[in-house]
Amino acid sequence: MKKKKFNFWPYLLISPALLIVAFVVFYPIIEAIFMSFQNYDLRRPDKISFVGFENYIEMFNDPTFWLAVKNTLIWVIFGVGLQFFFGFILELLLNQQFKGRGFVRAVSLIPWATPGVLIGLMWKWIYDGNYGVLNDILLKLHLIDAPIMFLSQTSTAFGSVIVTIIWQGIPFFAIMILAGLQGIPHEMYEAADIDGATKLQKLFRITIPTLKNVIFITIILRVIWVANSVDIIYSMTGGGPSYSTQTLSVYIFNKATVLDLGYSSGMALLLMFMLASVAIPYIRNSFKEGS
Amino acid sequence: MSKKSFGNRILTLYIPLGIILFFLVFPFYWTFVTSIKPERELYGPTVTYWPEELTFASYAKLFGEFNFLLPMFNSLLVATITTVVTLTASTLAAYAFTRFDFKGKNIFMSLFLTNNMFPNVLLLIPLFAIMRSVNLLYTPTSLVIAYATFTIPFSVWMLTGYLKDLPSSLEEAAMIDGANRVKAFTRVVLPVLMPSIIATGVYIFIQSWNEYTFAVLFTNESTRTIPVTLKNLIGQLGVQWDLLTAGGIITIIPVCILFFFAQKKLIEGMTAGSVKG
Repeated sequence: MKKKKFNFWPYLLISPALLIVAFVVFYPIIEAIFMSFQNYDLRRPDKISFVGFENYIEMFNDPTFWLAVKNTLIWVIFGVGLQFFFGFILELLLNQQFKGRGFVRAVSLIPWATPGVLIGLMWKWIYDGNYGVLNDILLKLHLIDAPIMFLSQTSTAFGSVIVTIIWQGIPFFAIMILAGLQGIPHEMYEAADIDGATKLQKLFRITIPTLKNVIFITIILRVIWVANSVDIIYSMTGGGPSYSTQTLSVYIFNKATVLDLGYSSGMALLLMFMLASVAIPYIRNSFKEGS
Repeated sequence: MSKKSFGNRILTLYIPLGIILFFLVFPFYWTFVTSIKPERELYGPTVTYWPEELTFASYAKLFGEFNFLLPMFNSLLVATITTVVTLTASTLAAYAFTRFDFKGKNIFMSLFLTNNMFPNVLLLIPLFAIMRSVNLLYTPTSLVIAYATFTIPFSVWMLTGYLKDLPSSLEEAAMIDGANRVKAFTRVVLPVLMPSIIATGVYIFIQSWNEYTFAVLFTNESTRTIPVTLKNLIGQLGVQWDLLTAGGIITIIPVCILFFFAQKKLIEGMTAGSVKG
């Protein structure tokens, strides 16, 4: 039933969503580009003017910026890597038959639906150096002799924060991979059983190859979200001690809260380009699917 | 398939599952236990794993002295309006993407998709300046607008997935019977799509309810949402862990209820795109 006549309906239907997105996403991004070339500091609003590449030059000479870039890489590699590892194990377990599986699955997903700030605060309390439960457990198991100030010393702070982001991300990986697993036809495993395949052979020859696509997309999405996440680190350490837990997005946020908007938009644009380079395969993939 | 022995099952299923579940659930347990301990037990010489004495004093204090109802109301207001606005705009757009062929369709679709890539902090800064210049800063409206940055793209994506699975013969049949497209949509498509719309709505609601970075910059004393209030409980008072954990428990109860309710459909929608891809 194709008509030659111009059909205005689809355009009308997408216009509300499109207009909102244009106003809240595309216009602000253009604005951010302009701001990054200004000394846009709301603490001195009367002095705002164009300064060329000054913000970007300052960035390259700013050791805190480079530390934040390095921290972002560590944060993403260990955060996402271990989320994937434990998420994969959890999902292999949840895919087996046992009583109460539906309930266990729903419960295991709750960290994913919990506010980031609350996650940060819950773990800050667990890590507490004086009354924290983690220190109590470790002391009782005789693994340590004296309480550790997990979040206030540079040697342990970043690792502790990374454990928290892993905790948050395990369920998401598990959900996505589980959905992929359930799409694998049972006959494949049965055929492998007849051929006498071992459990590990089935894992590496059937499960992982079939899930390649799901894993790939999930990792890309997760990399973007983890790199962008601010609230967990911010509520646990604020980026300290001495910037040891400050990722790029936390640094940008910290700069934005003191109203240095020009410098922070410059950094945010760089972060966007870094993430875009990761995301391009994902976008290409979804394009293929769309057409 | 050979039957596995019970011992084998304990080793390969129950023990590892138990460990991971303990890791995932313990922080919630600990938060709850903390919220019902009296202060002297909380900061006492020994850590207790179940309170020797139960008290709900921190909850009473939170609502009495700290007026926790106000941020709850603000969060509810912002999350509800965001959900309604986003669902309306996204359902229409998703319908257009799945039922019409039109010029520029792929470009428009990818515009929504690439949106997920932009860092929140990137949009936060210019939006703050824009809200400030149009005098919307510190109003709930500014948060609703800001939340549209991530809720609309995601919802369009999810609803497009759900709608793809609904055969278009459904409304075509209705249209042959004489209904126009609007009627076919409201009478035939909408009722069938309702569970998916609700699941998407739950997702939007949870996201808005949980959001912190926009909220902390775009609200003041009277428009503050729950996450901002929770974080502030640390700042002003040193740390009052009993109040904080009580606030945390109150915050996640509605999230949990909604999540359990919509979980199945929600997961189906989130994973559909990637599994087919």
